[in-house]
Amino acid sequence: MAEGNLDSNVSVEAVDARDESMERSKGLWTQAARQLLRRPKAIFGITVILLLYGGGILAPFLAPQGYNEQDLFAVRQGPSMDHWLGTDFVGRDVLSRTIFSLRTNLIITAASVATGSLVIGVTMGLVSGYIGGKLDTLIMRVGEVFLAFPGLLLVILLAATVKPRVLDWVRDFEDATGIDGLVQWGVADYLVIFGALAAFSWVGVARLVRGQVISLKATPFIDAAVVMGASTGRVMFHHLLPNALPPVIVIVTMGMGAIAGAEVVLSWLGIGIQPPVPSLGSMIREGQDVSILRNSPHLILPPIVVVGLLIFAWNLLGDALNDVLNPRA
Amino acid sequence: MTTFIVRRLLWLPVLLMLVSFVTFVLGFYGPGDPAEVRLGTRATPEAVERLREQLGLDRNFFAQYSSYVWDFVRGDLGDSYIFQGRSVRELVMPKVWISAQLGLAAMLISVGLGIPLGLITAYKQGTWLDTALVSLSLVFLSTPVFISAPFLILFFAVNLGLFPVSGWDGFFSTSLIMPALVMGTPGIAGMTRLTRASAVDVLNQDYIRTARAKGLSEVTVQARHVLRNALMPIVTILGLSLAGLVEGAFITETIFGIPGIGRLAVDSIFSRDYPVIMALVLIVATVFVLANLLVDLLYGFLDPRTRQSVDGYGRR
Repeated sequence: MAEGNLDSNVSVEAVDARDESMERSKGLWTQAARQLLRRPKAIFGITVILLLYGGGILAPFLAPQGYNEQDLFAVRQGPSMDHWLGTDFVGRDVLSRTIFSLRTNLIITAASVATGSLVIGVTMGLVSGYIGGKLDTLIMRVGEVFLAFPGLLLVILLAATVKPRVLDWVRDFEDATGIDGLVQWGVADYLVIFGALAAFSWVGVARLVRGQVISLKATPFIDAAVVMGASTGRVMFHHLLPNALPPVIVIVTMGMGAIAGAEVVLSWLGIGIQPPVPSLGSMIREGQDVSILRNSPHLILPPIVVVGLLIFAWNLLGDALNDVLNPRA
Repeated sequence: MTTFIVRRLLWLPVLLMLVSFVTFVLGFYGPGDPAEVRLGTRATPEAVERLREQLGLDRNFFAQYSSYVWDFVRGDLGDSYIFQGRSVRELVMPKVWISAQLGLAAMLISVGLGIPLGLITAYKQGTWLDTALVSLSLVFLSTPVFISAPFLILFFAVNLGLFPVSGWDGFFSTSLIMPALVMGTPGIAGMTRLTRASAVDVLNQDYIRTARAKGLSEVTVQARHVLRNALMPIVTILGLSLAGLVEGAFITETIFGIPGIGRLAVDSIFSRDYPVIMALVLIVATVFVLANLLVDLLYGFLDPRTRQSVDGYGRR
């Protein structure tokens, strides 16, 4: 009698536990989001990022002037009612240029992270970890070659050498399709910069995902999925990916600030987005001469403050996400 | 352990071959004709053609690449396209030394400030000081070189006249301070956070309680048991921070006019001086790979637990 009781108790508990775990798996992300929003760090980070990038997306509506509208009668003026943050050497509104620069930065950062870190990095990591064998060796070796390059040097080199060709392609594309203005909008610049940034940002994510997948592969639920006839693709994207995702989110968020910063560095060096399309990097470069620093600091302050805030916000958010999703670290 | 080292060392030349191949391809198909660049815009086509033949640029890709590799193996890095008649070796080597000194100074700043800050935050964890210092380190991390440099120049060089605005006078001079500070600050953050995390971890270990319980003095507990164990993960980040330092060098050396490899790299990419670019990429790649190997070895040395479990490629 006592034994029978015990047995039924165990089975009830097991059922309870299964229900609970199903509920938990459904609510894991909601729970993480709720925890995240309790942290001041995360709230500050999200707010700043939303404000800055939101401003960038709405640039054509928010900016008081176009980024290239010149007023040669109002050159290098300090902040005033007409120009809240003053004007630059050729009388362009600094506030408008800063807002449009944010749009540039957002496009590059989002495109690089989406393709490089997420699509290429995650896929390579999944394939490398799950399929293994020669493919794994190949992918990891290619990654090592990329890692042996100093990242920024590779990006500069790619940007400097590949760009003229991309420019030719874009011109050919314009001629062939009759679409105008692609070159003028700097489409070639965007393609080159985001390609160069994506080329070296996938390796870290791929390695991380691979490590996760290798340890997950040994767990019974993957065997169960395989036995039940799930295809390789289904196992990879449906079973492995969601479980490998939390640390990926942390590392990608932490890397966002670095990628946003890399775009600024490239434009600062003069090989990023070309004028007249505004970029935070080129604005900083124009304003950092010692005599300009002394006489018109309003030229360099807005881009510097914006870049600093943006990177700070990404780092804060990454930090908070790390606390929530990766509590052991 | 020996197999591990030998395997890694054997992989190095293969890796360098691949890296040089990628760089060579980019240079070969990249824009600009070195012969035209060297002779200037007014050169006749015949003169350009003659120089191309002289430099061996009229040969096909594989002929050029294999002769480059062969020369490289014999220690000949070729001649610079831009600095006429100067070999890449004599151009690059003194600059490597300058950049190494600057990098060392920057690393000393990151380590010298980061580790104490990390220890303080670990001991005061949960207090306002902890929060304040961790936030401060994030601010450091979020201050790229091109943001901090103009402000430091304006304040310390222009307004106070304490340090020279730019230039290089060797390791023991005031011209080193600002660039090293600018390059070292982003690294402080990583160092602080890592030291904090590992010190917090160590402080909660049973063996610390045991050490106190058996009556060791607090100084002995801290020095022998806490510090020694907490500093172990820091070794790994030193290898990783090298990458950050090299990247910081491009911008720092350009802003402060320091004749190191960072500035040379930027200059030679813009002037399409491919032999110099190749040499720099290969030098930096070698340093990266060797630094990572050294880190793995040191790790095994400091933490015997990792010795057996690591196979040739760092897989556990």
